[in-house]
Amino acid sequence: MQTNSPPLLEMRNIKKDFFGNQVLTDINLTLHEGEVLGLCGENGAGKSTLMKILFGMDVIRETGGYEGEILLDGKPVSFSTPFEALEAGIGMVHQEFSLIPGFTAAENIVLNREPKKRNIFSEVFGERLDTLDYNEITGRAEAAIDKMGFHIEKNMRISDMPVGHKQFTEIARELSKENLKLLILDEPTAVLTEKEAEALLRSIRSMSEKGIAVIFITHRLHEILSVCDKVVVMRDGFVVSDVPAAETTVNEISKWMVGRNVSSADSRDIRDTSGSRTILSIRRLWVDMPGETVRDVSLDVREGEILGIGGLAGQGKLGIPNGIMGLYEAGGTVELDGKPIPLNAPRKCLDASLAFVSEDRRGVGLLLDETLEWNIAFPAMQVQNKFLRSYLGGLVKWRDEKGIREVTERYIDELAIKCTGSKQKARELSGGNQQKICLAKAFALEPKFLFVSEPTRGIDIGAKALVLNALKKFNRESGVTVVMISSELEELRQICDRIAIVSGGKIAGIRPASDPSEEFGMLMVSMVK
Amino acid sequence: MNETLADRNNFTVRDRLKSMVRNFGLPRLIIAGFLLLLFIAAPFVGADFWTQISNTINRFSWNAVMVLAMVPMIHSGCGLNFGLPLGIISGLLGATLSIELGFTGPVSFVMAVAIATPFALILGAGYGWLLNKIKGGEMMIATYVGFSSVSFMCMMWLLLPYHSPTMVWGLSGKGLRTTISLEGFYDKVLANILQINIGNLSIPTGTLLFFALLAWLMWAFLHTKTGTAMTAVGSNPTFARAAGVNVDKMRMLSVVMSTWLAAIGILVYEQGFGFIQLYMAPFYMALPAVSAILIGGASVNKASIGHVILGTFLFQGIVTMTPTVMNNAIHMDMSEVIRVVASQGMILYALTRKTEVTK
Repeated sequence: MQTNSPPLLEMRNIKKDFFGNQVLTDINLTLHEGEVLGLCGENGAGKSTLMKILFGMDVIRETGGYEGEILLDGKPVSFSTPFEALEAGIGMVHQEFSLIPGFTAAENIVLNREPKKRNIFSEVFGERLDTLDYNEITGRAEAAIDKMGFHIEKNMRISDMPVGHKQFTEIARELSKENLKLLILDEPTAVLTEKEAEALLRSIRSMSEKGIAVIFITHRLHEILSVCDKVVVMRDGFVVSDVPAAETTVNEISKWMVGRNVSSADSRDIRDTSGSRTILSIRRLWVDMPGETVRDVSLDVREGEILGIGGLAGQGKLGIPNGIMGLYEAGGTVELDGKPIPLNAPRKCLDASLAFVSEDRRGVGLLLDETLEWNIAFPAMQVQNKFLRSYLGGLVKWRDEKGIREVTERYIDELAIKCTGSKQKARELSGGNQQKICLAKAFALEPKFLFVSEPTRGIDIGAKALVLNALKKFNRESGVTVVMISSELEELRQICDRIAIVSGGKIAGIRPASDPSEEFGMLMVSMVK
Repeated sequence: MNETLADRNNFTVRDRLKSMVRNFGLPRLIIAGFLLLLFIAAPFVGADFWTQISNTINRFSWNAVMVLAMVPMIHSGCGLNFGLPLGIISGLLGATLSIELGFTGPVSFVMAVAIATPFALILGAGYGWLLNKIKGGEMMIATYVGFSSVSFMCMMWLLLPYHSPTMVWGLSGKGLRTTISLEGFYDKVLANILQINIGNLSIPTGTLLFFALLAWLMWAFLHTKTGTAMTAVGSNPTFARAAGVNVDKMRMLSVVMSTWLAAIGILVYEQGFGFIQLYMAPFYMALPAVSAILIGGASVNKASIGHVILGTFLFQGIVTMTPTVMNNAIHMDMSEVIRVVASQGMILYALTRKTEVTK
């Protein structure tokens, strides 16, 4: 590597907090021309935030900017918009496609930078009436596709393309920018088939030979090892290791990714439930949940345990509860206590004493514009006819406002929900307190079996502990079986008895929570597709 | 020191005023102020105050039920019922059939309600089915349902085999007339019950009581399990579905209720007004009802009985007061202009602030 010239990119002591919540601490990174850097870490480790800072995304400025310095070619820079970053030669391929479906690949590649010809109208009315130079467009697109080293049909419409080709179109678009020095690829292989992924790796290598530096973010660790010059692993907003790729292994990286507080594992109260009977058995479950497809899951949950389901984002762990509870189309068989639960019918699940706390708090979990009373009592009222008084022999079922208020106040006390009273609107509470309302809603159903999905997403550390304790207490005191889905392995290891890891839409393995984290890390990446 | 204190006082007073205005809603405040001004101005331009009050109350009693018809669909998240004419047509079918079948006096009203009901239920169910197919675009589709049903019935009023001489065109002996007098049928049947007459003031107690009964039933319904589910469906359909509520069924129920109330509403209107109006008349019924409930403080997804009462009073107050007062004052017919500006402007205002609710 060119050690004498200044590095292409240097990030010094980057810090960033979102409203007091520290997400990046003292990040230092250097990258030389033509170098390929693999960036990995669990979800929420801070990878995306770091890239957003580098790319000058609006969200960073809107949330109070960042601390630290970024040097490009030895000169300090600070981008306040992505346009400035593009100008400086940084390209980014996002996880979500930003292509125009009705345009061809070539048109998308040169979009907004189209070569133009003057004509009589544009001479008179200005350059907005210039004609597009289609020969030149095709030429440039071809050049970019050549540079990428993977052939895509330049005249094909985006809407007709397989998903992998869309990804390559995005990459070609970045490559068509002449001053491109640094390309950021945010999980580009997530949507690719194995063959396409290999082609992508080849094209990364060829870019690197042409002097373009690449930051490659992926969950597929073997890809990192095969293509990157060095590996940077992030965890909880810190860089935990920065080593040449040749000197490490998949094993080591996965250990770095998840291995925190390993010693604290001993103090936890883990129950051995191997003698208990199976309460919920799932056989060959598939769920069509966009972004969280479940392919083939078979799983037995034992009575009285807390089972954790972990795994990387997009591997299908969220699809399991959403599918069983009938919110997304699903197939397979699910039996509770030996009785089959019909799928795709939310009401049937609730009638069978299953309850679900959704990961989508604001979308599914809450009536934002209604009072806390309604939020907590509603499902119990509709499903079990609680908090109702019957008149005229059950013909009229009247809302029991007093009962509703009492149960709400009880849960406000028990879960220490911060609010002005039981009549406050759910919208006005903070994220952590909203989450507690969602739990209270499920507790009020007094279920036999509870699914909790991402209960601590987006809430601060104090609230996290409260929510987790409430769950644990609910399980231990009421004997309710709990299945908790979370992206944070450490959180699962704290409260669960056993942890199942989902990878590639299947169960990669189930281990007691006391197993070391690297075991789980290995499982997480084992079947990633 | 004194100055700063005064400043701060000023500040808080202004702040409090601001929050009051925000809570009550600026347009509502303007309309209420305007109406108050009209009442004050009435005696000065030579209009009798008590007559004006009576007119306002009368118009209120005719229209309130149709405004009440807005409530269920707002609660279930189907938005404002611009398809009100569909319900009105059911009511008109009930009215004309009741007369055709030879009922007279108060019985004709009861029969009109009884005959209108099945029409409202069937048409409402079809309308609800349609609205369940196009979630998200309810209000636009509702508007066209209203328009097209009115146009369709324009043909039907001519073609249906009505024979009652009180209703058909005199010369040809077939096809219904545009306006049918209700004298001898159910003209003022509700209004005359317990009517109070003091000088120029007359209060149609019976009509008000009839509205009160329906409003109470609606209020009670919203306090039942089903009513609660309906409100939750409007507030967050995904939440309701996750809680085991059949979202489509609730929406369907709300549309049927709304259509039925519209049918009853037009019958109440007719008994007060004294005439059945056919053909294009239902066309102009939806907008006043929509804007009345919005003036009352409802939004596209929140409405209460209080909004209905306040809104109908304010809207009908403006409609009855402006012609007399304004015409006497400036000798120019401004009433229609003001009515249109107020009602359309209110709808526009409400649609721009979909989520906001004034309490």
